[in-house]
Amino acid sequence: MPKTLLLIGTRKGLFVLESDADRRDWSVRGPLCESWPVYHAIHDASSGSMYAAAASEWHGSAVWRSTDLGETWALSSEGLSYGEGDPRKISKVSSLSASGGRVRVGVEAPGIFESADGGESWSLLSTLAGQPGSEAWDDPANQPPGHLGISMMLPDGEDSSHFWAIVQGIGTFETDDGGSSWTPRNRGLRADWPREHEEVGFCVHRLVRSPSDPQRMYQQNHVGVHRSDDGGHSWFEITDGLPSEFGFGAAVHPHDPDTFYVIPLDGGHGRVMPDGQAAVWRTKNGGESWQKLTRGLPQDHAHLGVLRLAMAIDGYDTPGLYFGTSTGQLFASNDEGESWSEIAAHLPTIWSVEVVVID
Amino acid sequence: MAEVYLPTTLTPLFPDLPRHVETNAPTVGEAIAELEARWPGLRDRLCDSGPELRQHIHVYVDQERAALDTTIESRSRVDVIAAISGG
Repeated sequence: MPKTLLLIGTRKGLFVLESDADRRDWSVRGPLCESWPVYHAIHDASSGSMYAAAASEWHGSAVWRSTDLGETWALSSEGLSYGEGDPRKISKVSSLSASGGRVRVGVEAPGIFESADGGESWSLLSTLAGQPGSEAWDDPANQPPGHLGISMMLPDGEDSSHFWAIVQGIGTFETDDGGSSWTPRNRGLRADWPREHEEVGFCVHRLVRSPSDPQRMYQQNHVGVHRSDDGGHSWFEITDGLPSEFGFGAAVHPHDPDTFYVIPLDGGHGRVMPDGQAAVWRTKNGGESWQKLTRGLPQDHAHLGVLRLAMAIDGYDTPGLYFGTSTGQLFASNDEGESWSEIAAHLPTIWSVEVVVID
Repeated sequence: MAEVYLPTTLTPLFPDLPRHVETNAPTVGEAIAELEARWPGLRDRLCDSGPELRQHIHVYVDQERAALDTTIESRSRVDVIAAISGG
């Protein structure tokens, strides 16, 4: 019987929820990682290890690792530094990805560090130096509070040479040589503000890629939901029909590239679901039309926020969806979003949700 | 021997690290280097690149706020404090 695990990064540690293939009953473990603020946690399929990117206000940034599915943890920040004399400091480790035996962590000030020894030591892979906008993004004065630096990375299966990275507030960049060179991939996106460079200056919140059609990608942007049919080389907007152009979470169906999910939020100070009604929105036709999914979700005074890494989808024949809120609720659907249940109600602020199926 | 008192947030991160250790190191920085030799990785938890103490790690030698180059006397008390208020 397969095991389904959820890795929940929160402001007060990592939590691991466990269920079987039915995904109805869940047990909760945590807080793990000594209750450090965990920005993102992943499972590396090739090694079976778990990693958690965490940043303590006292003790700095580190990556925790577990080789026994989260039972025991150790941390390391060996090599996780821009070095003595470099004005850039690592204020936090924001995002993780793993492929081909390599683990990468995205940090702020923006940079990507890589480990080839299972997270015991790290070395600087790239700061995307020379890319348009890079002359400004290292200046702390240009970073708003809470800046994440490299806010997410998207791997290409187990190919460690090919992946995408988002520089928060700048845009998406693609490398096909393991981070030696980069290409901006933001053509066609909308920006409602002045930009210094044609190819960057976009606020990409969450990027996903269809497992069943590698050319199909989607993104929830600060301004709008966008689709690409050419592997991210060009984008067009599919926001029409949604209650808001703003949001963070996004997920693409593992078996149908036209089915995609977002959680629209009010774009002002609130950044919570509109009208106090919790909802996930789904398109089954690549964004031509949208359905509001609410069954099982709270509809009265549910002022819930969901952050950029806090939504996930699994790979079962009938996929399950998961999202965590800024107020510590975790919701799950085991029927492609048709119905939902609250599987944890009182966790700390949730920053990330990842799902792993282990046979 | 000088006495060094470590914060409770540090001890769970390293096997067998006690709250209280003794040192003959002449400065705060060298005391931390001694700890690093016994518990690799500990220095990173207290110091940032610079090198300097992390922003919210406060060290006091005989109740006076200290830096990495502060001298430790043979009977000094060194307190390492994880210093943030709030939730």
